[in-house]
Amino acid sequence: MSPTQKLPVKKRALQPVEYILCLYVAGETARSASAHANLKTICDQHLGSRYRIKVIDLLKNPKLARDHQILALPTLVRQLPSPVRKIIGDLSNTERVLVGLDIRPAK
Amino acid sequence: MLTKKAARQRRVGKAARGRAHPQLPKAATGIQGLDEVTGGGLPKGRPTLVCGGPGCGKTTLAMEFLVRGARDFDEPGVFMSFEETAEDLALNIASMGFDLKALVKRKSLLIDHVRVVRSEIEETGEFDLEGLFIRLGLAIDTIGAKRVVLDTLEALFAGFSNTGILRAEIRRLFDWLSQKGVTAVITGERGEGALTRQGLEEYVSDCVILLDHRVVNQLTSRRLRIVKYRGTVHGTDEYPFLIRENGISVIPITSLTLNHNASTEVVSSGVPTLDQMLGAGGFYRSSTILISGSAGTGKSSIAGHFVAEAGRRGERSLYVALEESQSDIVRNMKSIGVQLAPLIAKGSLRFMVSRPTAYGLEMHLASIHQEIVEYRPRVVVLDSVTTLLSMGTTLEVSSIIVRLADFAKMSGITMVFTALVEPRATYETTTVNISSLVDTWLALSNAELNGIRGRTLSIIKARGMGHSNQTHELVMSKKGVEIKHDAVSRKKT
Repeated sequence: MSPTQKLPVKKRALQPVEYILCLYVAGETARSASAHANLKTICDQHLGSRYRIKVIDLLKNPKLARDHQILALPTLVRQLPSPVRKIIGDLSNTERVLVGLDIRPAK
Repeated sequence: MLTKKAARQRRVGKAARGRAHPQLPKAATGIQGLDEVTGGGLPKGRPTLVCGGPGCGKTTLAMEFLVRGARDFDEPGVFMSFEETAEDLALNIASMGFDLKALVKRKSLLIDHVRVVRSEIEETGEFDLEGLFIRLGLAIDTIGAKRVVLDTLEALFAGFSNTGILRAEIRRLFDWLSQKGVTAVITGERGEGALTRQGLEEYVSDCVILLDHRVVNQLTSRRLRIVKYRGTVHGTDEYPFLIRENGISVIPITSLTLNHNASTEVVSSGVPTLDQMLGAGGFYRSSTILISGSAGTGKSSIAGHFVAEAGRRGERSLYVALEESQSDIVRNMKSIGVQLAPLIAKGSLRFMVSRPTAYGLEMHLASIHQEIVEYRPRVVVLDSVTTLLSMGTTLEVSSIIVRLADFAKMSGITMVFTALVEPRATYETTTVNISSLVDTWLALSNAELNGIRGRTLSIIKARGMGHSNQTHELVMSKKGVEIKHDAVSRKKT
């Protein structure tokens, strides 16, 4: 069986996650919800299933604002693959998001 | 039911309060001179903008405001720095003599360095700066801060390109700071034609202070001006200030109102025969005395006597020597029997020697003022005002002298100025026009007396007392200066 053939579901879940994305927000607001939604859409479209989104709420964990040097919200940080990249905004501009995360748009 | 007296007192009180300008609560800065010029400090719980060019002292002022607040006024503070790192700030604070480690340990001070790097940030849509608010909020809440410094908010403009959002957030930040009840100092870089490059002054409406750092004729000059202070009557002049080892020192003396009570206490000039010529038997305390004359007429000698006399009374004197060195003056006085060395040793006499061209006029004033504040003399001699002319125009020098004299009067200091006058000048021509300002004016002259060259002294004026209007011979010997009281005919040479 070649690696590109469809794998059983269990094995698919164990596939290496290429992208780990951290979305920093301040509580649940319209903007943070919209950013989250935009992100999911973009990832589904261009990353398939090779991603994981972590939402970090600074209101719940304010110390991280300093530890992770977050000023603007929402901020999206691409943890993996390295190098770390940071973009800000509600992610409504898809092109900018792709450039910022250095993702080649899927055809 | 109020008694008639109580009702009247209440009416008077009300009227008095209405007349007085309603004072906003203020946060004392503890910075030398600044609380005086601001009428008590910065507006409490409100933001103050401190702006100026590079190197003008904004960060130093902001830092000192915070550190003194933490140490002396029990108001913890947060320093959020967008430019210098925490280590650099720590060094600066330490160099001013503050124990930063102790303050941080006690949770009186919190330093947070925020990195704003443009290249990292790709903007993909709408955003706000809530992360900054959260970070600052946590810092404030962690130590219960009552004071905050943001140095400098303009760094945000370097990091984010959407100025519309930035401005809205900055406006929101100032409102937020006021709601938090913290007294904030925001620094801003001086802009072309505007107070700050990014127009921060639009958002800070309570108090704006401008710092200026000029180099004129190779001489450094620092000035502070209160551009705006809502709800407070403030001087609009520029106040010179110094940045010294222990921090900033603002010279709060400019266009002072002459609100002091004239003293009736009399102090001896140190020359008994001169005292006899003065109706009160000496000089009034806190008065200003001008001793004018051409070279070698005995001006410094009389000043030296006065200083020695102060020492005998157990009072401290400050001798500001702009022409001669301390050892020259001490030696010269010794030759006429006035021993200054023991006074110096005892700490009753301090010399402040500086060449006029060492630094600018304003700095001279500032240094003298600082010296007076630290040493607290009751007598100050400035020898001579004429040398100050090498550093500025007559107008500028007059301004310095006026301010110094006013300050001395208000501080209960008796001040002596010496001035060099050209031999052929008339009494009215003192080169710095301070004769109208002083209380007592002694004019010395070389003269030919009965065919012999000698010295004379006359009292041109002595406010508040009668005085001899005769010209008398002044004799200097190993026993000191003596005024001969036989009237002499005088031919001007």
